[in-house]
Amino acid sequence: MRVLRLAAVLVVIVLSAGACASQGGDPLAQDTGDTATEPGTAASDGATGAGEQGTVVVGSANFPEQLILANMYADVIESTGATVERRLNLGSREVIFPALESGEIDVLPEYTGALNAFITGGEEAEDTSTDALLASLEENLPEGVVHLEASEAQDRDAHAVTQETAEEFGLKTLSDLAEVSDQLVAGGPPEEETRFVGLPGLKEVYGIEFKEFRALDAGGPLTTEALNSGQIDVGRVFTTQGVIEEEGWVVLEDDKGLVPSENVVPVVREEVLTPEIEAALNELSATLTTDDLIDLNKRVEIDKEDPDAVARDYLEEKGLLE
Amino acid sequence: MDILSALAGWLTDPANWQGSDGIPNRIFEHVWYSLTATAVAVAIALPIGLALGHTGRGGQLAINVSNVGRAIPSFGIIILAFILAGIGFIPVLIALVALAIPPIITNSYVGIRAVDPEIREAAAGMGMTGAQILRRAELPVAMPLVMAGIRTSAVQVVATATLAAVIGLGGLGRYIISGFSQQDTPQVLGGAILVALLSLATEAGLGAVQRAVVSEGLAQRNAEAAVAAKVSATTT
Repeated sequence: MRVLRLAAVLVVIVLSAGACASQGGDPLAQDTGDTATEPGTAASDGATGAGEQGTVVVGSANFPEQLILANMYADVIESTGATVERRLNLGSREVIFPALESGEIDVLPEYTGALNAFITGGEEAEDTSTDALLASLEENLPEGVVHLEASEAQDRDAHAVTQETAEEFGLKTLSDLAEVSDQLVAGGPPEEETRFVGLPGLKEVYGIEFKEFRALDAGGPLTTEALNSGQIDVGRVFTTQGVIEEEGWVVLEDDKGLVPSENVVPVVREEVLTPEIEAALNELSATLTTDDLIDLNKRVEIDKEDPDAVARDYLEEKGLLE
Repeated sequence: MDILSALAGWLTDPANWQGSDGIPNRIFEHVWYSLTATAVAVAIALPIGLALGHTGRGGQLAINVSNVGRAIPSFGIIILAFILAGIGFIPVLIALVALAIPPIITNSYVGIRAVDPEIREAAAGMGMTGAQILRRAELPVAMPLVMAGIRTSAVQVVATATLAAVIGLGGLGRYIISGFSQQDTPQVLGGAILVALLSLATEAGLGAVQRAVVSEGLAQRNAEAAVAAKVSATTT
């Protein structure tokens, strides 16, 4: 009996450790920002900010595309002869942007619309074209931080339907969706209900009002499953997600420009920026396209390849590492 | 104070009391998940616990196994079941039933085992069959413990049914999860308070059921025993 009890106790300990671990992996954690940043743990001893001879710290947020982009940035910066430290998968913008401001991170892959909304305090930009957003960034980025040239590659918030739904209702654009939206159920992250690029904007700009909205996740497994099983008709996705092509979903065109341009753009601390680094990152931005992003995301999300290997493959293939 | 008035504002906003995201509907969903899960758990666990208690065989093993079951985190089960079964009520049901089974098995087993052997012998002496002994003699005497097990399970299930919202379903957990993503603290608090109130109501409601199903003589005797215990405790 004693042995049994001991065994039971051990099992309990192991399982409760598992419980903690699984709660640590809570998908919601990304909403509050990851705790992984721990300001001051790295690069705090003046390793950065030393200018030409120092280490360039590349950071990223915590989703696959960011890991790919940050690895590319790190690789091309390294190819200029600079020493690079990678501090990737850190958390949400709320966590990593302050680290860039304080100099713990020197380079971040960003997106024009989302970054602009973040640094201007979430106000809806009047003009959401790439040029207008870049001009706004120019003005509003904190002291010592600059953006380089934006890529034509974009990753935008979008709404997708299955092939069958698209055919049944003749859907190509969000304007098409407006005509039938009262018969359809939408799903997306809970913040879709409150953000302007979500339900409020869909209603104001397009007159879209769904029969029902189901709170799921931001383009994650819940949305995928709910869309494929027909529990929702319209799902909030990101345009570069590999799963869209994989599942044959139709992304509805934002024909009235509700969602701002989300061009990929490097933001860099001026003190580490050499002409070589600037040229290397600009060349990468000029090469990268939205289709490239979709393809690279698919390799990481669906085929489970490593982001760093995928990034390096791409750079070698495009001849960007010479 | 600010947060309290914001909370009061959330709870009294008429918009929060109507539609599919309204408080009445979320409470209904929550009760529905909890009731189904508890009913399924009783249907599985009660016969097992009673049979083990009646025969007296395999009880220790069953209790150890079900206690290990208690340690498995509902959060883990719900995610795992979601991966296997897809989106819907099934993963929630699996997680909640797994949570509810152990207390019911343990309590019904212990309750039956604790029945005075003389009662069992007297029943057998009157010519009752095994099933009759269980139903007419053992179960009524064990009822307070059996009901306590069901009550414990039900309260845990109500508190844990908030997890349904993690995999995109409704219930009161919806307010907690959505409020969190929308940075809407009054909504989070409101949801948490409603869950707590519902758990308390479950506890009280099943307490009333327990008083109704425990035989009067037994309740009387228990009360006397409690008094006797108190007296002996004060005299010694």
